[in-house]
Amino acid sequence: MAVLTAAAAGAVILPLVLIFGFLLWQGASAINVDFFTHLPKPVGEVGGGMANAIIGTLILLGLASLLGLPIGILGGVYLAESRDRRLPWIVRFLADVLNGVPSIVIGIFAYTLVVLPMRRFSAVAGGVALAVIMLPIVVRTTEEMVRLVPASLREAGLALGVPEWKVVLRVVLPTARAGIVTGAMVAVARVAGETAPLLFTAFGNRFWHQGLDQPIAALPLQIFAYAIAPYDDWHRQAWAGALVLIVLVLVVSLMARLVTRGRVGAVR
Amino acid sequence: MADGISVTKLNAWFGPSHVLCDIDLAVAPRAVTAIIGPSGCGKSTFIRCLNRMHEVVPGARVVGTVLQEGQDIYSPGVDPVEVRRRIGMVFQKPNPFPTMTVFDNVAAGVRLGGVRDRAILNERVERALHAAALWDEVKDRLAKPGAGLSGGQQQRLCIARALAVEPEVLLMDEPCSALDPIATARIEELILELKRDLTIVIVTHNMQQAARVADATGFFLLGELVEFGPTSQLFTKPVDKRTEDYITGRFG
Repeated sequence: MAVLTAAAAGAVILPLVLIFGFLLWQGASAINVDFFTHLPKPVGEVGGGMANAIIGTLILLGLASLLGLPIGILGGVYLAESRDRRLPWIVRFLADVLNGVPSIVIGIFAYTLVVLPMRRFSAVAGGVALAVIMLPIVVRTTEEMVRLVPASLREAGLALGVPEWKVVLRVVLPTARAGIVTGAMVAVARVAGETAPLLFTAFGNRFWHQGLDQPIAALPLQIFAYAIAPYDDWHRQAWAGALVLIVLVLVVSLMARLVTRGRVGAVR
Repeated sequence: MADGISVTKLNAWFGPSHVLCDIDLAVAPRAVTAIIGPSGCGKSTFIRCLNRMHEVVPGARVVGTVLQEGQDIYSPGVDPVEVRRRIGMVFQKPNPFPTMTVFDNVAAGVRLGGVRDRAILNERVERALHAAALWDEVKDRLAKPGAGLSGGQQQRLCIARALAVEPEVLLMDEPCSALDPIATARIEELILELKRDLTIVIVTHNMQQAARVADATGFFLLGELVEFGPTSQLFTKPVDKRTEDYITGRFG
């Protein structure tokens, strides 16, 4: 039994190890200073980089966080604090459904909601699409974390003659902070690699960032575009882009881990 | 502060269950009033009704009058937040805020009440810690986490936190039940100190404790106030048979 479970545990991490190894093998050769500082070269020329896509992905993640985190966290607090019986149940159920909606469908949603009225692809549209994907994750983790805060702390705050909203803001949320930050980072890591919802929202761009109302480059899009192109140099760069993307996700996940570890001891 | 608290026809419910039934009781000012009784008799519920903490629990309901300073704390225009500012509370288990330092814990009520001035905060915190007999033990570790103190110190920290808001009444819900005998003795000493300026109502499981600290004692049973009187009288010449059975250890 122990052997079986150990083998299963090994099988869980094997794909990640293989992916990472393969990316290093294929992509490391294309990673150089130019890759991080230069725009893509015109078709046919060798070299250039994906600097615009890296920055674009960071901007998209920033926009998505700006929209998704406050709404998600406040929504999670509502679910945990509300005394109503029906509405929280409905919201929770719908959040779980939203979590299961294919990301391409969410892309179509953002296309209809933002791209069509604006009449152009834009960074904002991409940010909205990613934010919608983040929402259910952030809402549910925030709710769980706020629920974990002992009722005795809330009562201690109320008994001091502090209004309930202030108790939530200054006692409950700080106590749950580590968990909420982890949830937020998991959500960011999750959407960092999303490609489908960006296809017809952010759209991609071969130049530097030109404003939030303009199409913007993103790593996953660039990887997709380069991978299906017929040039060897582009293939190598696609591998390198994938490597950068996975390192980015890894760093965010690692930060999430560190935040929880640093705080749990203090909270308990 | 001259009037203490007077309770008339107080009834309380948790959902459908009627946990307090027509309680009439007068708490004397600047004295210690103890509430004793077996588990589940409604004594905790009773003191939670005195600063409107009962209604915090979902499904809980209160009817009756509780006059403090001549004002019914249950009359429609009264803000429960204001009531709790005047009538502080210490709980059964020490519950310092885990994310805050010793200083911030004591300052919490004052700070969240809108006081920003550092000098005022320092002064209030120091005074509260002195009053809670904790100053000498923590004066060098004000910036350390409050949760790092011992159990007894944590409970005194919670008392300091309640005192910093400068309440007129302090409600204590079995404040020593999680503490060892030495820490308990310190809290009891403290209670006797505090009653010079404060009206104190203490719920306790421990009849010896009531006998040691309280001027008046009330005996609750199954949601009713069976007997209420001066502590010495209640323990030596109880009027009601049920009180006698309880204090002589025949049940409970």
